[in-house]
Amino acid sequence: MFGFSRAQSIAFVVMVVLIAVSPFVLYPVFLMRVLCAALFACAFNLMLGYVGLLSFGHAAFFGMGSYVAAWTMKVWHVDASIAIIFGGLTGAVLGFFLGYLAIRRSGIYFAMITLALAQMVYFFCLEAPFTGGEDGIQQVPRGHLFWFIDLSNDMTMYWVTAAVFIGGFLLVHRIIHSPFGQVLKGIRENEPRATSLGYRTDDYKLIAFVLSCMIAGVAGGTKALVFGIATLTDVHYSTSGEVVLTTLLGGLGTVFGPAMGALVVTSMENYLAQFGAWVTVTQGVIFMVCVLAFRRGIIGELGAFLRISL
Amino acid sequence: MIMIFGIPGPLLFGQLLLGLINGAFYAMLSLGLAVIFGMLNIINFAHGSLFMMGAFAAWMLLNYVGIGYFPALILAPLLVGIFGIVLEKTIISRLYKLDHLYGLLLTFGLALVIEGLFRNGYGSSGLPYRIPDILQGAVNLGFMYMPIYRGWVVVAALVVCISTWAIIEKTSLGATLRAATENAPLVQAFGVNVPRLITLTYGGGVALAAFAGVLAAPIYSVNPNMGTNFINTVFAVVVIGGMGSIMGSILTGFGLGVVEGLTKVFYPQASATVVFVVMVIVLLVRPRGLFGKAA
Repeated sequence: MFGFSRAQSIAFVVMVVLIAVSPFVLYPVFLMRVLCAALFACAFNLMLGYVGLLSFGHAAFFGMGSYVAAWTMKVWHVDASIAIIFGGLTGAVLGFFLGYLAIRRSGIYFAMITLALAQMVYFFCLEAPFTGGEDGIQQVPRGHLFWFIDLSNDMTMYWVTAAVFIGGFLLVHRIIHSPFGQVLKGIRENEPRATSLGYRTDDYKLIAFVLSCMIAGVAGGTKALVFGIATLTDVHYSTSGEVVLTTLLGGLGTVFGPAMGALVVTSMENYLAQFGAWVTVTQGVIFMVCVLAFRRGIIGELGAFLRISL
Repeated sequence: MIMIFGIPGPLLFGQLLLGLINGAFYAMLSLGLAVIFGMLNIINFAHGSLFMMGAFAAWMLLNYVGIGYFPALILAPLLVGIFGIVLEKTIISRLYKLDHLYGLLLTFGLALVIEGLFRNGYGSSGLPYRIPDILQGAVNLGFMYMPIYRGWVVVAALVVCISTWAIIEKTSLGATLRAATENAPLVQAFGVNVPRLITLTYGGGVALAAFAGVLAAPIYSVNPNMGTNFINTVFAVVVIGGMGSIMGSILTGFGLGVVEGLTKVFYPQASATVVFVVMVIVLLVRPRGLFGKAA
């Protein structure tokens, strides 16, 4: 199912069991942060790992999804499911327009363009009245899911977040293993050849980008619900850098890498939070070590060691 | 008072000057990025941090050693340039055989480390750096008062940019450099030490960023975030100009600074985003950039 190999099915079952057991051992709010970061990284991995395009502006879609979900919850008092859907739609629409511009160039130019466009979104959020500027949108109620499940309880919220993550994870996996996903990988390996085979590569890249941004928006919207806050940090370029780090550390182009990366990076931030800028230094060092010596990432190395693709 | 388009003259010229100053920094930084990219094929994400290190080097020279502004203008780029050469030799040179994206990711990590270390050491509130006495004050140009230091920044930046252009386009060293950019193995076959040329290019690009940092120190306060604030805009400038030509980088840098300054007069709300809006238009009309070569 979903194109899982045998090893991947086992790994998936292990992951689901861990997600089910961990809230009884660890702090649920921390785990929800991991899950949101993991979903965001899965979305990012779809672009970098499978299309080979490095988007350095994914925070724009995550952050705008977060803002719109928070705003609809707080002002329109919609259902939680609607807020998350709005988050995803925001990511998709914004992704369509920014992606349309960015896919005109590839390689490092693509990275610079997405970075610059995301910076524009950041400045927009800084000025626009609905985002609350420096304060952000605070005290967002968690409300209800499907009008009857009260989400104010952390455990209930946790199961919903877990369901959103697993849904998004399976969606990404389904995309990658569909015929569409095969074409994407073909484009990554050799774009002129894909063109010569009659594929309109720009359309494929744009659709992949929109899908990736939509999932990033869902991750942002869920995050806004969990923490009841949407701030400028979510659209800041450091968030874009963080998702790159998460995916790189977990393993580029691997199925389980982003989730593993999210667990490690979020834990690290949690423990280092008291040491101020050392978080940044540590992130930078991990970046450099990953690029210099550890390009396959944790899951990639594990897979290579066990000779399976995870 | 002179009015131009319903705007008081001094205000208009004042903002134009501010725009030119920002443009001078865009030009110097995007020039360094273009030179490094041409030779090393990497986008130096740490450029902003090295710019910041230039400013800090000037501040440290003054406060720890007592060396003033003008010697620092030479010494700080030299020190930071040597730091860049060490970086290139030890770390960056390991990546040349890999995809370009790894260079970007590595230098991004480098930027995080440098900025984090400076933030730990000096906080993020910013340190003052006094304008040297000889450049204090302002002159009356007839249509506006110009602070001398700001005029000096524009002139110094222009001189440095034009010299860089001249070195690359008009000297034999520059000719070797351009040849190596086009076809490194062939140039190496002629007996040129290409790896050393690459190292020196990186050092030179970095020194240029550090020089800009020293110039910026008295205008903006010296703080660990000063590079990041600039570099995101500089990336947009690079996309707009395309990295194909040295003169193109200089013109685009100054031009966009002026556009930003004018926007501040006529529609202040958009001044932070105008460079990005220009980038969007350029991407729609001429995706390879104003001075870029066809892909």
